[in-house]
Amino acid sequence: MPWPFDREFMRLALLAGVVVGAVAPLIGTFLVQRRMALLGDGIGHLAFAGVAAGLLLEVWPIWTALAVAVTGAVCIEWLRSRGRASGDLALAIFFYGGIAAAVVLASRAGSGSVNVFPYLFGSILTVTWGDVRVVLLLGALIVATMLVTGRALFAIVLDEDAARVAGLPVDRLNVLLAALTAVTVVAAMRVVGVLLVAALMVLPVATSRLLAGSFRATLLGAVAIGVASVVVGLVAARAWSLAPGGTIVLTAVAAFAVASVGVGVGRRAGAGAPVPGG
Amino acid sequence: MSFSYGGPPVVEHVTLAVRPGEFVALVGPNGSGKSTLLRVLLGLRRPTSGRVELFGHDPARLPDRWRVGYVPQRSHLGADLPATVEEVVRTGRLARRGWWRRATGADRDAVDHALDSVALAHVRSRPLRDLSGGQQQRVLIAKALAGEAPLMVLDEPVAGVDAESQRLFRDSLVHLVDHHDAAVLLVSHELGAVADDLDRVVVLKRTVLFDGPPAELAATGVSLGIHREDLPLWLEELA
Repeated sequence: MPWPFDREFMRLALLAGVVVGAVAPLIGTFLVQRRMALLGDGIGHLAFAGVAAGLLLEVWPIWTALAVAVTGAVCIEWLRSRGRASGDLALAIFFYGGIAAAVVLASRAGSGSVNVFPYLFGSILTVTWGDVRVVLLLGALIVATMLVTGRALFAIVLDEDAARVAGLPVDRLNVLLAALTAVTVVAAMRVVGVLLVAALMVLPVATSRLLAGSFRATLLGAVAIGVASVVVGLVAARAWSLAPGGTIVLTAVAAFAVASVGVGVGRRAGAGAPVPGG
Repeated sequence: MSFSYGGPPVVEHVTLAVRPGEFVALVGPNGSGKSTLLRVLLGLRRPTSGRVELFGHDPARLPDRWRVGYVPQRSHLGADLPATVEEVVRTGRLARRGWWRRATGADRDAVDHALDSVALAHVRSRPLRDLSGGQQQRVLIAKALAGEAPLMVLDEPVAGVDAESQRLFRDSLVHLVDHHDAAVLLVSHELGAVADDLDRVVVLKRTVLFDGPPAELAATGVSLGIHREDLPLWLEELA
């Protein structure tokens, strides 16, 4: 492959990055519409605690992060849906609990605590074929699940009560969405790190919403913007020796800024014809 | 049945039946318990005492949920939702075909028919957020119509809707009742458009104050049709 993907580590980074760049906005589209954009952040902190637990127990941190993140996500959704805590309060409880547990566990792991940094800030240029296989597996799981449940999740986004009346398993689908969010966070951990993973779930969706007129277009647009942000971010990081995780997210921020300005200019120019047959 | 949120009952000793082919309006002043009664009827809440049945089943355990079409108040809809008219109406078919299945030709035909019924076929690809309030309400009605349910429950479906939209709405409901033997339970303050088509009017203020044909209500001096302002004024006096 031509520069900048002429080296093995860049090709692996591209493969893992493209999968994460696609699935994070896929899940994020539903989270943003349900005003749960920060769920990925909260679960990221839980995943970080899982990583620290893995280092302490000398188990591959991906698996412990997955177990802790999925369990935590299900608990957050349970608290939210049962009205035991409002959505943001439930998130805050797990957010702070997760980061505190991570600090304590990492300190107990001794010299192993140094190894948490690739998960905290991302380390896409050091991903191995083992990492890529896990990312591909988790990505395939997320896409397959969304192909089956996407239409029902859209109906829930539209009106949760009406979806219940129609007999959709709203509670189970909400738990599934939370669990898929956790899976996405773990898949994205090595690409952008747990501190930035929510950005890839939210920013491409925010940009796509500005440009798209349908839910399908919003979804596909967000996936395209997510993938493009990863590719452009990787190229820029290689060219100027920048931290790849941060560069990918800054690329997504730049895309949002450009789209916002473009849409603003378009509106001022009189775009948006009245709807016929009012 | 009765229901309370833990304090005094919101609805109390309510007895109400809606049969196939019946067009029933549920009216009452603000805070009279109409929306709560609907939520209990639809299985979103369980009655504190008494019994509720939908097609002979506990509403929370009703098989074939597609048999209930529900039009919520438009305020429940996310104003910033990036969805087209057609995308919203298509969700009305999910219960009918199974939410995990892909749409078939019959689903697409039902969506086309529902959009035609509310005269919105020409804006099917437009984003919902670009439509007027009346048009958005018609989209929700089309979503319920697409399910071809034998029971339609509508919560303030014509609030803020223009006269032409109300006429289209009335024609759709009358068609359902007359040609499909559907039962319709309509919660509304604005019954002018359907006054001549109703079989019964139920007046609720915590309990049922009146349940009978519109003519009987009219005999008490309350007009649903010609003097449209009468009903809301009378309901305010009730409050």
